Amino acid sequence: MDFEDTPQEAAFRAEVRSWIDANAPKHLEDQLKRANFGDIGITSEDPIAACKSWQKKKADAGWACLHWPKEYGGGNRTPMERVIWNQEEGLFRALGGLFTIGQGMCGPTVMAWADEEAKRRLLPPLSSGEEVWCQLFSEPASGSDLAGLRTRAVKAEDGSGDWIINGQKIWTSGAQNSDWGLLITRTDADVPKHKGLTMFYLSMHTPGVEVRPIKQANGQSSFNEVYFTDVRIPDAQRLGAVGQGWEVSLTTLMNERLSIGSGMSTGFPSLLSLCMDVEIDGKPAVQDSNVRSKLAQFAVREMGLKYTGMRAITALSKGETPGPENSIGKLVAGATMQDLAMFALDLQGQSGVIWEKDGPSDGRFQAILMRSPATRIEGGSDEILRNIIGERVLGLPGDIRVDKTVAFKDIPTSGRKH
Amino acid sequence: MNLDFSDEQKALKDQVRRFLEDRGGVAQMRAVLTSDASYDKDLYKGLAELGVLGAAIPEEFGGVGLSHLDLCVVAEELGRVIAPVPVASSIYLVAEALLQAGSQAQKQAWLPRLAAGEAIGAFALNEGEGRMGPEKVRASVSGGKLTGTKSPVADGDCADVAVVAAKSDSGKVSLYVVDLNGPGVERRTLNSIDPSRGQAALTFTNAPAELLGGEGDGWHIATQVMDRAAILIAYEQLGGADRALEMARDYALERMAFGRQIGSFQAIKHMLADMYVSATLARSNCYYGAWALASGASELPVAAATARVSASQAFQHCSKNNIQVHGGMGFTFEYDCHLFYRRANALALALGSVSTWEDLLVDRMTAGNAAAAA
Repeated sequence: MDFEDTPQEAAFRAEVRSWIDANAPKHLEDQLKRANFGDIGITSEDPIAACKSWQKKKADAGWACLHWPKEYGGGNRTPMERVIWNQEEGLFRALGGLFTIGQGMCGPTVMAWADEEAKRRLLPPLSSGEEVWCQLFSEPASGSDLAGLRTRAVKAEDGSGDWIINGQKIWTSGAQNSDWGLLITRTDADVPKHKGLTMFYLSMHTPGVEVRPIKQANGQSSFNEVYFTDVRIPDAQRLGAVGQGWEVSLTTLMNERLSIGSGMSTGFPSLLSLCMDVEIDGKPAVQDSNVRSKLAQFAVREMGLKYTGMRAITALSKGETPGPENSIGKLVAGATMQDLAMFALDLQGQSGVIWEKDGPSDGRFQAILMRSPATRIEGGSDEILRNIIGERVLGLPGDIRVDKTVAFKDIPTSGRKH
Repeated sequence: MNLDFSDEQKALKDQVRRFLEDRGGVAQMRAVLTSDASYDKDLYKGLAELGVLGAAIPEEFGGVGLSHLDLCVVAEELGRVIAPVPVASSIYLVAEALLQAGSQAQKQAWLPRLAAGEAIGAFALNEGEGRMGPEKVRASVSGGKLTGTKSPVADGDCADVAVVAAKSDSGKVSLYVVDLNGPGVERRTLNSIDPSRGQAALTFTNAPAELLGGEGDGWHIATQVMDRAAILIAYEQLGGADRALEMARDYALERMAFGRQIGSFQAIKHMLADMYVSATLARSNCYYGAWALASGASELPVAAATARVSASQAFQHCSKNNIQVHGGMGFTFEYDCHLFYRRANALALALGSVSTWEDLLVDRMTAGNAAAAA
């Protein structure tokens, strides 16, 4: 039981630290420090270009996608080395946000299911950030119930073997910046819903693909709607067999959980500072007993998350595979950051309503307040995560489903009640 | 980095688990709860023979000389079966107090007997209702004789020796070692929410008392000792929380209602998921505490308060929802649910209430911040 590096890890850390020190875009440091939740905060230059430039620099030096094999643009490093890199990259990790979905979810899916030629074509530019990917899964009528999706893929009638796609995806993070998309479609509506799905990848520049940013509740537009109108995809861009799409999608979703050790923060250190700065009855808020009790509650959650992450890293370093128990991170972080933001605004008093970069606490709690509802929904809602913990960690039975053995076309939907 | 116990410690954990299950597991707690016994003497003797009482006591004082990490895994197993034995009082508190502040003679006089289970210790700090603090210490020592009342004292009904906080001749709060089998000691057993762990009021009238540590250092030493004990008790709470969660899970799998297993209802499933979340956060905070305890890190006070708050709440949360998942059966005396509920709520008050420890946690974090800022 210790927090020390092994000699090899220490040597690796030193190497990483000196490379980052010599190469990181330090001119962006101040802006990144003041970045708020949901906003990278770079205004001095094009933020997308800044992200791509740092990623390319890392890739050229062999520091991109550390855990991937070298032939696909990776660093062929151990999970522990990847964790050390992440720790050392620190503030500059925010510049990797643009690539998280591509490298964390699409890449591993391509690696598991594509042929060798496609892997060598697609993965290196994904690693280097020259090509950005998005994940085209959720639809207006299928969020938590992903397998209920309705975007259709039909064989072209010209005998080319191509597929023609029609439908709509939604909540696609980063689609507006993406070159490629991982697309799950329905190819057979006459079989039960999980069995009629097929996975493809496609260029987001293909004719008939239209990306429309969604104006979100917090005023930003990081999510999109993506429309497909007679989009033609060659059969060679299919991943897995026809009808095997659900199985392929599980690779993607499993990899979502592998992105552990990133240590989701709840904003606790900022809250502690706030409590020492703002006053209640002429005394620092931190001296108020109600405030202290709440602070302690946030502290044990923040630390519980931190050390849960470290235990997961320890398991990873011993060769264990992270499992569904890692669902706990986002479940706790999302709800905690939302509660924490509300509490912070309460301490700011009437000024808490102000959301300005030069306003109370640089507007950071207001940004958390307005962004955190999405955290509790994206990548598995709180309710889905509780199902995962209940069923896959604790071994409880699944809910009784009325649609499991029914042909997809016969399932009642919001627009088609039985 | 390695935030995990060693293979040897895991083997010790398995060994203690088997030993406790062989002895009847939770049934031992029920037996003490429903009898006049203040603890399970055979079980305590068995634990001594197994070497777990003396796990973290150095060999020169009759212990096994393992680390506090070993004691943590033992504590977790004791917590899983809510063992009716005075380990917390005797080992986590009194033995630790002697190790931290005792003279060579005091250590030699008591530690071998505590490690062997031949003597039981009790930590007598509290006086009266409300949050305990040094200003509330009224017991006093004059000319080596202690007078005053301490209540409640966990395991005070069966203990042979007590570490008592009292004012010295010059009015400074200090700790004293008192032989409870000597003159001037009157014990009154108290009814409590968890009768499997005895509580007593100890009244001292000119009882011979020997200073432990420096005069006036009493509150400081007691705080250090309680920080260490808080981590060990947190492990007991963790074991109890996990077991309560498992009981609820097992019942949710077995019990049918509306034609299906009740664990298939999201109302139950999500309750269990939330119990898992509390228990997992507590476990991670306990690991942090164990590391701090074993390594003597400067973060020990923060780690202790974190583990204490987190594990107290996890055990309370899991034990109360265990009853809820069991429905009416959970409220029968026959089912074990109430045994965990009793222990959870008693342990949440041991060493001072959860709100006391929340306060300590914030004190310690802000002190750290102030130091970092300076």
